[in-house]
Amino acid sequence: MLHARNLTHRIGAKALIENVTLDFEPGRLHLLIGPNGAGKSTLVKALARLLRPQEGTVRYGDVAVESFSDGALARCRAVLSQAVEVAFPIPVRDLVMMGRYPHFRGSHPGAVDEEICDEVMRFFDVIGLADRIYSTLSGGERQRVNFARVLAQVWRPSPEDARYLFLDEPLTFLDVRHQIQFMKQVRAFGARPDVVTVGVVHDLNLAARFADRLVLLDAGRVAADGTPEEVLTGDRLPAVFQITPVIVRDPSVGGIHLVFH
Amino acid sequence: MTAHRREDRAIVAGLAAVMLVGAAASVGFGAIDFSPGDMASAVWRALFSGDPLTLNQRIFLELRVPRAILGLLVGACLGVGGTLMQALFRNPIVEPGLVGTSSGAALGASLFFVLGAALGFEASVWMLPVAACIGGVVATYLVFALARSGHDGRSSIVLLLLTGLAVNALCLSGIGFLSYIARDPQARSIIYWNLGTLSGGNWTSVGIVGVATAGGTALALFHAKQLNALMIGEDEATALGVNVGRLKWIVLTINVLMVAVATAFTGVISFVGLIVPHILRVVHGSDNRFLIAGSAVLGATLLSVADLVARLSLRPAELPIGIVTSVVGVPVFLSLLRRREYLF
Repeated sequence: MLHARNLTHRIGAKALIENVTLDFEPGRLHLLIGPNGAGKSTLVKALARLLRPQEGTVRYGDVAVESFSDGALARCRAVLSQAVEVAFPIPVRDLVMMGRYPHFRGSHPGAVDEEICDEVMRFFDVIGLADRIYSTLSGGERQRVNFARVLAQVWRPSPEDARYLFLDEPLTFLDVRHQIQFMKQVRAFGARPDVVTVGVVHDLNLAARFADRLVLLDAGRVAADGTPEEVLTGDRLPAVFQITPVIVRDPSVGGIHLVFH
Repeated sequence: MTAHRREDRAIVAGLAAVMLVGAAASVGFGAIDFSPGDMASAVWRALFSGDPLTLNQRIFLELRVPRAILGLLVGACLGVGGTLMQALFRNPIVEPGLVGTSSGAALGASLFFVLGAALGFEASVWMLPVAACIGGVVATYLVFALARSGHDGRSSIVLLLLTGLAVNALCLSGIGFLSYIARDPQARSIIYWNLGTLSGGNWTSVGIVGVATAGGTALALFHAKQLNALMIGEDEATALGVNVGRLKWIVLTINVLMVAVATAFTGVISFVGLIVPHILRVVHGSDNRFLIAGSAVLGATLLSVADLVARLSLRPAELPIGIVTSVVGVPVFLSLLRRREYLF
């Protein structure tokens, strides 16, 4: 379990997130939605300890996140961000191997690290790119390589801790086929009983289709929290997004679908 | 990766072999040439037999050998400094002097030349390196202090870069002013020092620069993996367990230590720190575990060969080494940039 209590973070007088209290369970896919500037990225960063909020606490299980050492935290928590730019020519395999850095005994990988690296590259179908230079890849290929890197970090269960996976707008550079494939892979990985997954997604239909639970943020506060059907309602969406969609049931997947005009 | 690591070692070992050849040539040739026999007998006399040394033997042991070793050490410092700064700033156009260290050292040295002449203390050979070192450290500290951002007290990489450029410009105008008001011998000293020379090398400077080189390179190697992680971004490195704030401080401190100390004894030697990491990246990729070791060895090789060229081209006079490093370095650098497989 991941527990966030009363998180508040301000820059100047503006609160990016304000008094956010949420719990996230393992084995389910939690997605944060909301308009631009609603505080989604700030919240994900605070949950992942990339940012320390001025007020409030985050606990992983019973342990306050501040009390983890940098290394211990990196062995159980991974973060995928929007677009990773690398200034120097680096082969894909070396980039994916960076996900194993927190697990290295010295400064070089062990046999297990090599093995995991190969497994994740096969899982994300990037093994064929292993010897390519990262900067020559397309945006979609890069994002898959980075997802492989991030998952390499938490690929195997750690004996005592749960694993925590955070995704900050992971779909930005993917075409529609890879968006769907990516969400399926995230859900498959996140379904493991010791994995807590929290992501930020902009596309409300993808969110509705894949999330077990949606958290709607508006101006730094939690506006709604529940299943897609509970959160994406005809009276709430216009208030938060200033747009009025038609909500249709999609019998093929048993969920809802928003049509925008 | 294991095969990769074996290649790393093989390349570094190969470079080290080239370095030894370069160093041997650098020891042998100069205003006076020494044959291997001359060298052996000089070392024999100095270490084992009590016979007094001839003048040539003293030149060999007290000038030529320390000068050659100083060249290796300073080259290593500049190469490692360049690799560290490029990794830290995640930017391939950065060189070790970027955070103000070398221009600050040059300003310190220039002040010493002008004020020293005016106040009449030219006495000790230590005043110049001390003045240069102080200048380098003060300018670097100034860059840090100014780059500390107002609202959260942290210094961002971009802010450091821009502040470094500004402080460099300030130091350069200071040097320009000093050489403008200086009379002839001092003005020439300033110009000469800004082009760099190894001619002041002696066993004491070898000892001091040696400690900085060994300590700095070892510390840098220890942080190589974290610098790799930094390649993919500050947040990403943080997510991989790197304390980015701490890493910045450590790496910048290593760089200041190495560059300020090296520059203090030799003057400003340009381009080595910029091009060494690039040559190595073309050869074998961007892994800092390889680049740091490799740039120590390649930097040492390049500087010792450059010094040889500097000494032989106008024999028995010599050229400032900074001219040689730029004249050789610029075409090499430009040809590297045109290679299609070297992508950014």
